Amino acid sequence: MTFSAERSTMIEFRDIQKYYGDYHALRGINGTIKAGEFFSLLGPSGCGKTTLLRTIAGFEGIDSGAVLIDGKDMKGVPPNVRPTNMVFQSYAIFPHMSVAENVAFGLRRDPRSRAEKASAVEEALQMVGLKGFGARAAHALSGGQRQRVALARALILKPKVLLLDEPLSALDKKMREHMQVELIKLQRQVGITFILVTHDQEEALVMSDRIAVMFEGQIAQLADPETLYRRPNSKKVADFIGTMNFLPCSVLSEAGGRIEIEAQGLGRVTLTEDQAPPPRGESPVVGLRPETLTLLYPGQTTAERVVGGKVDEAIYFGDMTYYDVYLDGTDIEVRLSMRNVPGRPILDVGEQVKVAWSPEALVLFR
Amino acid sequence: MAKGNSEARTGWLLVSPPAVYTVLLLAAPLATVLIYSFLTGGKGEVGAPVTLQNYIDLFTQPVYRAVMWRSLTISLMVTATTVILAYPIAYFVSFHVSPSKKSLWLFLITIPFWTSYIIRVSLWRTILGYNGIVDSLLMGLGITAEPVNILSHGFASIVFTLSHAYAPFAVLPIFVSLEKVDRALLEAGQDLGETRWTTFLRVTLPLTMPGVIAAVLIVFIPTVGDYVTPELIGGGKTPMIANLIEVEMLKKRDQAMGSAIAVAAMLIVGVVSAAFVLANRRYLGGRK
Repeated sequence: MTFSAERSTMIEFRDIQKYYGDYHALRGINGTIKAGEFFSLLGPSGCGKTTLLRTIAGFEGIDSGAVLIDGKDMKGVPPNVRPTNMVFQSYAIFPHMSVAENVAFGLRRDPRSRAEKASAVEEALQMVGLKGFGARAAHALSGGQRQRVALARALILKPKVLLLDEPLSALDKKMREHMQVELIKLQRQVGITFILVTHDQEEALVMSDRIAVMFEGQIAQLADPETLYRRPNSKKVADFIGTMNFLPCSVLSEAGGRIEIEAQGLGRVTLTEDQAPPPRGESPVVGLRPETLTLLYPGQTTAERVVGGKVDEAIYFGDMTYYDVYLDGTDIEVRLSMRNVPGRPILDVGEQVKVAWSPEALVLFR
Repeated sequence: MAKGNSEARTGWLLVSPPAVYTVLLLAAPLATVLIYSFLTGGKGEVGAPVTLQNYIDLFTQPVYRAVMWRSLTISLMVTATTVILAYPIAYFVSFHVSPSKKSLWLFLITIPFWTSYIIRVSLWRTILGYNGIVDSLLMGLGITAEPVNILSHGFASIVFTLSHAYAPFAVLPIFVSLEKVDRALLEAGQDLGETRWTTFLRVTLPLTMPGVIAAVLIVFIPTVGDYVTPELIGGGKTPMIANLIEVEMLKKRDQAMGSAIAVAAMLIVGVVSAAFVLANRRYLGGRK
């Protein structure tokens, strides 16, 4: 999960600015993507993630700044000569060609013989699990198969970077989860840098080595999935990735890397420096994830701190149950999740409960 | 089964008015023409014996062959000119005109249709004729000293006039097929290493071939049988098949020979169209 300096830089963004008329689409994008990395651009629709991907491919120009691929400035380099290939959201499979013709589309200028190209096509199809599909008409494919053809068509050209524009959004849930794993395996196998655009935070967490979370044309946080989930650098990122409870708090003292706060419903807590991302001048809140809270059943004890509460809502999900619990002495409701294991009954609304929590799970936003 | 029968009956009932209409006004006259073409013609009458003489004359006498050959070459040239000129127009409207202005552009393209064809042909006479607009322009610019009088070159002026007349017919089907091309495919083409031009050749053009084929047929089929243009523009000196049929049917009053020419004209159109569609069949069908 960690990427040290030995990995070379594949893509570098240098203060990219992009306007559509008056609309400021990209507002100073900086960052690097390492060679061989599975990188995701994650954000809500309209955040500029697709625009940024298209600037790498060369379909969008930029107003200032620079995109460097493998150390070369891509200014003025058209898409057809960039060392990138793209899997389009709609897959963009050529409907007038067979599967094999689609996969071989980019090989026209390849000096290899016809037979060598044909075997390369067969190899690429085999890699994406479409062995023997070459003669099929492109329009006779299912959504998942189209996507595999799009992958084979791009990977056969051995690009330095593979760009994936929401490739899984058109698939049903089962197929999507299956393809997520397939894509991870494929990326490990070919070792090419993958850049995925997605609005699905779960997808990004599952697949990526690192993720750039984007809001309104800016990268809000660039980190590995675990850091992003456990230590989001802002309330907005925390809210976008998974579920997080926010409790208003006040900062009492701050010295020697320790921060003393008084949080509503939780009382006094001492946090370490790494639990507090740089201040943004917002009113302070502490965040904690539902799974870091535990309901204590009668007779259970814990070394963690405990707070009383009342169940307001129980939402059954099969493997999990989500509870919304009012913390005693506050009008604050927190959501927590409990795994449904045998001997653990689903609690009723209105029941008094004890909630265990630990200070290490808190993140302070201010 | 009972349900299927009653549905079938309803279907027949629904199609019967147009079917009767078609049989009476299309199939019956066609059959008459076909039968006449195998009979012996006299002054305003046809009768026995049944013969192939009309067809033998048609394909052996130089006059008939020359007119048929001219009709075919004129309509092929008109078709080629029209479609080659229409494609860039359709492409421009589809790809470079903002979506909100497309219908205005299509509306403008159809403006020539607002005036009667006879009037448009007369206007072309003024433009192409002796000391007409083209001549004044050429002489005014000092390009030629003498009037060119394009109108006296029947072949060229018929091609000009028909190409203009049929341009919108060619633009519209090509435009529709261009509109249906997923723009992501063009980006995919470039992403996979092709330039804009080679992407056009490998992706856009093959995908719009159904529109091109439709345009070719729409222009080719009626121009082979065009009657007015050779009459008014060619000054009767450049007759095409339809003019020949008129001469046989109404002037010589040989309805058998006239019918044979009409059947031959249909055959020419049918064979050329079928050959063209067959040659391009890989672009048609089997595709969503």
